[in-house]
Amino acid sequence: MDGIMHLDDSWHVAGRSFASRLIVGTGKYKDLPTTAAAIDASGAEMVTVAVRRVNLSDPKAPMLQDFVPPSRYTYLPNTAGCFTADDAVRTLRLAREAGGWNLVKLEVLGPPPTLYPDMPATFEAAAALIKDGFEVMVYCSDDPIAAKRLEEMGCVAIMPLGAPIGSGLGVQNPLMIQMIIENAKVPVLVDAGVGTAYDATFAMELGCDAVLVNSAIALADDPVLMARAMKAGVEAGRLAFRAGRIPRRGSAHASSPMTGLIR
Amino acid sequence: MDALATALTLTVNGDALNFERPLTVAGLVERLGLDMRKVAVELNREIVPRSTYGAVALQSGDVLEIVHFIGGG
Repeated sequence: MDGIMHLDDSWHVAGRSFASRLIVGTGKYKDLPTTAAAIDASGAEMVTVAVRRVNLSDPKAPMLQDFVPPSRYTYLPNTAGCFTADDAVRTLRLAREAGGWNLVKLEVLGPPPTLYPDMPATFEAAAALIKDGFEVMVYCSDDPIAAKRLEEMGCVAIMPLGAPIGSGLGVQNPLMIQMIIENAKVPVLVDAGVGTAYDATFAMELGCDAVLVNSAIALADDPVLMARAMKAGVEAGRLAFRAGRIPRRGSAHASSPMTGLIR
Repeated sequence: MDALATALTLTVNGDALNFERPLTVAGLVERLGLDMRKVAVELNREIVPRSTYGAVALQSGDVLEIVHFIGGG
């Protein structure tokens, strides 16, 4: 086989091209140096970030940008903490002014304990953001109908949850994720629910374009090591998906020939 | 001008703060000790483009949000 062809397996969203299929969050780390080291080890090219008020009582506190430079990583500002379309639009307008990025992650969540995507509010916010010129990667429920509607509205990537945020349970509904992938013309990413490397592998084997991971790396005992594991897991799953797995069969089939045996 | 005429009360990130007029957005960001390149400013719910910070004069009663990027998922 042609080795060159295999080297270029980049994916594309909103006119941008990425070699890494792992997107990482920058939240929940114990400190900024660990954030930087883990993200470096993950090989990610795109990172999610949140937008918050600056702390006026400590204006010289170290900032994320000093450790995770936007010159190196594509920032994907999120709308975490926004519960209405209006809040989401305000937040991302500020993000656009702070960094000039049009590519954003929309997430409108319901209350704990599920933090499940609030889909009516998500639709409303997506419409407002698209109208305002944003390129919206949207966190959503694992609902193929909702996913298709978001795509038709103009969202540039569909990001169904694998499991509740921070649960580490892995993809709970692979059938629905697969249906979303098969029906989508834009990239599909599993966002939320990854617990360890094989969860990311499994998501990629389903045919996802990429996986988004935060808690599983940030809260691991050794975030840098887990970042490496996630990188390897995503790559393994992608390669396995492209290679085409063997069918599952309900019987044994010998790997060694049963002919030519000595007598 | 007497002190009353130059008093400028702003709400910044939810806190009432006192300054003196005249003050622009650029002046406020500097007074607060922030790096202009790393923040974004909303004035009375409207984005203030960074290129205009030096030209936008603040009035008593103005409500500002000054944000930056932090870690998030």
